[in-house]
Amino acid sequence: MNPFDFVRAREVSAAVSSGSRADAKFVAGGTNLVDLMKCGVERPAHLVDVNDLKLAGIERVSGGIRIGAMARMSDVARHPLVLQSSPAVSQALLASASPQIRNAASIGGNLMQRTRCAYFRELTFAPCNKRNPGSGCAAIDGENRMHAVLGGSESCIATHPSDLAVAVAALDAVLTLHGPNGDRRVAAADFHLLPGTTPQTEHDLKHGELITFVFIPDALHAKRSAYLKIRDRAAYEFALASAAVGLEISGGTIRSARIALGGVATKPWRARFAEAALIGKEPSKDVFRAAAEAEMKFAVPHGQNEYKIELAKRTLVRALGDLAGGAA
Amino acid sequence: MTLPPCYQPPDDDPDETNDSPSDPSRRSFLISSATVTASLLVAPAFAKPANHADVAADPNAIPVALNVNGRVHELRLDPRTTLLDALREHLNLTGTKKGCDQGACGACTVLVDGRRINSCLTLAVMNSGRKITTIEGIAANERLHPVQAAFIRNDGFQCGYCTSGQICSAVAVIQEGHAGSDDEIREWMSGNICRCGAYEGIVAAVREASGRRA
Repeated sequence: MNPFDFVRAREVSAAVSSGSRADAKFVAGGTNLVDLMKCGVERPAHLVDVNDLKLAGIERVSGGIRIGAMARMSDVARHPLVLQSSPAVSQALLASASPQIRNAASIGGNLMQRTRCAYFRELTFAPCNKRNPGSGCAAIDGENRMHAVLGGSESCIATHPSDLAVAVAALDAVLTLHGPNGDRRVAAADFHLLPGTTPQTEHDLKHGELITFVFIPDALHAKRSAYLKIRDRAAYEFALASAAVGLEISGGTIRSARIALGGVATKPWRARFAEAALIGKEPSKDVFRAAAEAEMKFAVPHGQNEYKIELAKRTLVRALGDLAGGAA
Repeated sequence: MTLPPCYQPPDDDPDETNDSPSDPSRRSFLISSATVTASLLVAPAFAKPANHADVAADPNAIPVALNVNGRVHELRLDPRTTLLDALREHLNLTGTKKGCDQGACGACTVLVDGRRINSCLTLAVMNSGRKITTIEGIAANERLHPVQAAFIRNDGFQCGYCTSGQICSAVAVIQEGHAGSDDEIREWMSGNICRCGAYEGIVAAVREASGRRA
């Protein structure tokens, strides 16, 4: 691990000031950052511990619930407000990582975990456009069974691994980012960026900015929402495909739909084509299948990951069917 | 054979004089034998205790107060030291195991402020002032914790390497109320891998310790 100096911030303003130095990084749970520092991928010169910041509250505010960025995954997953107003968020968290990691990892840190693949983590593979911009991508013609079929570029096809990010992207969550110039707000669905030619830039967080809150707006489709994750084993594994879905159904018709896909894309994938295909329709397996087709027609396979296109469709159809219940 | 990069004998650090293990442990013996073996087998240049000198003179070392099993240890640590390495290499609490060292196996599970975490994925400095419980602090003096006793009765291990992590995790699973069924135990113990595959015994031990009958 590269040497770094360590400061423990007590106030948000002090954290942002320390975190604005060149090569500074914030650390909360550390479950992703410390691991990547150990394997030499992350090399911060300054580490700013934000665990003491008073940002762990979960509360009802006007129009929705507000979750402090330092709230731990396990606490958010079991919180009554979250369970009641956006069950997909709780389910996504409980499908994430292990109980130990969920006890340590913060909500803000979960959204900030690196988009990554095995080549990114392994320095013995020289080419990785995320680690060394311009060096190439070992995955595109390599072992890419776990990689993305949506949102990839010639530079990078690594998937964003967060389940939570998929749920909050689906449910129109808004992130508050605090920086040297105060607060700004960004839609969760727009926070993560496509790799394009700059896969090293994964999100819209400027250096020195800190995620302080995640706001989840009240909505009927959030109240009736769910998260389905398909993986190689039943627990403690990344998604091969996942779907966060929310439906508002009245009078036998879908009034509003929210869908995001995980495990198949380079960023939490808000599936707006699939959503549009559902509006005004009566829930049925055929309607759900058509919605899945509408989104996945943009998928691009890379050898070993072609199966993910059909898997994502079936995952979405099943998630929507389970959610619609007797209505489908 | 080399010493772990963070190893520092307790005697070298005046802050740690109260923390020497009460008996010469198997580990101290193994480390001494390893050093002797290394001195005998390889060139003197290699046998120089370079690691010790580096750590002792480390200008980056900062004060860290670790409250482990009810006792506060005032240490000076390189901030790169993980909680796991601090426990094992600086406090000689080697019951906590290093398996994968990347959060995938759970062998390093400890309780921090009553919650189970992977000690390999957190830095020791981040845990200053928090209450840490390791496998050495699970039993009440000489009386085994009910989960420890249940692991013995139900044969919840084979080689034993993952066991301290399994037990720390199991104590938490029961406290969390996640031992309601065998399926629930399997799900909530899924952060602890057993390469020997002693899962049947582990589930039985957690079930028994939770007071539930099969």
